[in-house]
Amino acid sequence: MTDVPNGDLGPGSGGNKTSRIVRAGLARRHRSELILKAAGLAAILFAFSMLLILVGSLVGSGYKAFTQTHIELEVYVDPDEIEVDKLPRGGFDDVLEAALLARFPSVTERAEQRELGRIFSNGAQFTLRDRVVADPGLIGQTVTVRAPLSDPYDQLNKGLIERETAEVNRRLDDRQIAWFDALDEEGLITTPFNWALFTNADSRFPELAGLKGALVGSFWALLTCFIISVPLGIGAAIYLEEFAPRNRLSDLIEVNINNLAAVPSVVFGLLALAVFIGWFGMPRSAPFVGGLTLALMTMPTIIIATRAALKAVPPSIREAALGVGASEQQVVFQHVLPLAMPGILTGTIIGLAQALGETAPLLLIGMNAFITSAPSSPFDSATALPTQIFIWADSPERGFVSRTSAAILVLLGFLITMNAIAIFLRHRFQRRT
Amino acid sequence: MTLAAFAILLAATLIGYFLNRQAAAQIWKGGERLHSLSGFHGLFSALVVLVPVLVLMLFWLVLQGPVIDRLVMGALPDGSLDGLDSGGIQLVLAEIKSLARGLVFGTPEPWKYDAAERLVRLQNNSTIALVILVSVLALALIAFARSKVRANFRARQGVERIVSGLMIFCSVVAIFTTVGIVAALIFETMKFLSMVPLTEFLFGTNWEPQIPIRDDQIAAAGAFGWVPVMLGTLVITVIAMTVAVPVGLFSAIYLNEFAAPKFRAVAKPILEILAGVPTVVYGFFAILTVAPAIRAFGESLGLPIAPNTALAAGGVMGIMLIPFISSFADDALSAVPQAMRDGALGLGSTRSEMMLKVLFPAAIPGIVGGILLAVSRAIGETMIVVMAAGLIAKMTINPLDSVTTVTVQIVTLLIGDTSFDNPKTLAAFALGMMLFIVTLIINIFALRIVRKYREAYD
Repeated sequence: MTDVPNGDLGPGSGGNKTSRIVRAGLARRHRSELILKAAGLAAILFAFSMLLILVGSLVGSGYKAFTQTHIELEVYVDPDEIEVDKLPRGGFDDVLEAALLARFPSVTERAEQRELGRIFSNGAQFTLRDRVVADPGLIGQTVTVRAPLSDPYDQLNKGLIERETAEVNRRLDDRQIAWFDALDEEGLITTPFNWALFTNADSRFPELAGLKGALVGSFWALLTCFIISVPLGIGAAIYLEEFAPRNRLSDLIEVNINNLAAVPSVVFGLLALAVFIGWFGMPRSAPFVGGLTLALMTMPTIIIATRAALKAVPPSIREAALGVGASEQQVVFQHVLPLAMPGILTGTIIGLAQALGETAPLLLIGMNAFITSAPSSPFDSATALPTQIFIWADSPERGFVSRTSAAILVLLGFLITMNAIAIFLRHRFQRRT
Repeated sequence: MTLAAFAILLAATLIGYFLNRQAAAQIWKGGERLHSLSGFHGLFSALVVLVPVLVLMLFWLVLQGPVIDRLVMGALPDGSLDGLDSGGIQLVLAEIKSLARGLVFGTPEPWKYDAAERLVRLQNNSTIALVILVSVLALALIAFARSKVRANFRARQGVERIVSGLMIFCSVVAIFTTVGIVAALIFETMKFLSMVPLTEFLFGTNWEPQIPIRDDQIAAAGAFGWVPVMLGTLVITVIAMTVAVPVGLFSAIYLNEFAAPKFRAVAKPILEILAGVPTVVYGFFAILTVAPAIRAFGESLGLPIAPNTALAAGGVMGIMLIPFISSFADDALSAVPQAMRDGALGLGSTRSEMMLKVLFPAAIPGIVGGILLAVSRAIGETMIVVMAAGLIAKMTINPLDSVTTVTVQIVTLLIGDTSFDNPKTLAAFALGMMLFIVTLIINIFALRIVRKYREAYD
């Protein structure tokens, strides 16, 4: 530059043509950088807020199912209704109804009396029956019965049925609400923790429905899946990673495993339905068959994770062991495998967590049956946690909405626990090597 | 009783192990030099006993059921199954089985009682035969393994050969699974195609999977054209991808280039939670929260929106796929060599220009591969659409209407139906076949793109 600067060095004044163009465009370019950054941040925040809404809506509708409205009532076990030699038959529902009627002497019409009796859940008479059968000495005495309320009253108590709604649009009319309020004022209504959610099996009545059958079914299915998929998966991975000669067969197996990992889960359900149930004649709805199907789906995940863990073991370990005279299998089983174990366990747990949440294949093999008792062996008909969620989500009764959310929270609780264990193991693994 | 067979096997395995180890140790104490450690002698015996007997037991248990069924049904008095189709025969078998378990419904004919008794007898005999066979075989194998113990017997090599065989078997199970899937699908699809012509299935635009319940029923022949079902699947997939691709890509770009390391370390795992949520949960989320929200929004605009709109199912599926796409894109961006970043920055580009004009084009193959995998996942995704999408197949591409998908049809056709002899249930397998083929092609294509791209920079 030959000309003497005159003290004015503002933007765009000095320099050659190129740098003038660059400076002119700088503001625009910085703006577009800002836009890209903002778009990226917005995308992440969108994903986060969706996660928040998902969890929030589930917690919001689910937490209410962890409590259950109960009624505590003095009941006179009338010997006229219940006779020792006729047990376990007897008019247990009439006895309960009579106890309620004693508190509402003004209810005289038969239809209205029946209506009043429906405050009790349908299961209350069976609770009372079981108690009397266990101890026939109760007949003729007055006992305190604590029983769940039927679903509409439970919803009223939890505020899910709003009193402000016009009477015609409400599931309970003013008279029924008045009954409930009268009982509530006397302190007979309690809302304890809903243990029945974990100790009862499925039921048509929301207030009685629980997850025991589904939990036991999921346990059996996951156990079967574990017993089958872990040895097969780890064995296959060790062979493919450490011993397999590079030939067409091992290439084929490799491509196969990668593709199997991406086959839609419902196709595995079709496989199980046609082969396990159709050709081998295995029982429908059995957790064993479910576990077998899940095992086939989980195996690719375990194989891929195990191979990654084996690859991460430094070659010096192998060379040192070979150098002191170990055979190839001794190297793998005594030196490489123990070092890779945390990684393998992590992959296995993540694979099993996926299997626990898998639904579609279990639907196809009939694990969505309505079963009111927990299975006692892996060959009995059962549901699993995710299929139970599906059944409840499909139920028309209002009370099942919050139970579905509660069941989902239980399922998510298990998944979070499993993943936390996996993360813990991964951290230990990282510290060691 | 079956448990007894397993117990015998376990005991025999342990006995074989200790017997041989003891024998080998004895030889060693006698002053001879063993080729293999005594533990390997024990292990050799254990494996020689365990593997063949276990294989025998598994085969026996798998085949026992069908064989006994066939024996029982074959021994029924002549003419008792006349005029029954395969569904009817299944019913008779089920009735006999429940009789055998002591459950009596109504008044069964006497020959069914006889058959039930025969069934119980055969089952008992089979179990006893299994226990005897297992015991004899286990004893023979223990004796065989014991006879092998000698100072120069190469027990370690023997063990390693067996273990190696077992591991090869494990890896071949993956192939068996694929073969099983393909065989099951082809077999049932052929049965379906013998009832419904292939051209009608592939090109028909009408999907009404019904079968006449009575023979004289009019207008219930059903129609099996998969085009509207596939169209519905595509509509939902497109909706899912319009949500997942931009959100996934922009979050990957931000996390890869602009985010502070601490933010990245927190944000990535949180994003990945979305991928770990079971799909049944997303399905319930769609019907509990998203669909009502969309409806309320539509009503406020005066738009007619179906209760199970494709938008709700597709949108929720898109949310599920966000982490899938973002982690694939993140990996692809990270795999671009550092030199290309440095070069672009050195020439004076801003970070966004470097990202959009250099890194992104270089990472495109990996990103496309990831998106394709996400598409195949969206096509095969089941629970969200089963819960939130419709059941009736319509030829529409309106995202506010309700559409059905391949997976929804598979599930609804097969729930509660067991007999594989009518086009309604078999249609599910034909749809499964198409689903398998479509996703397989996309997967192979995607994996190939990803792999080829990786090789280019390694």
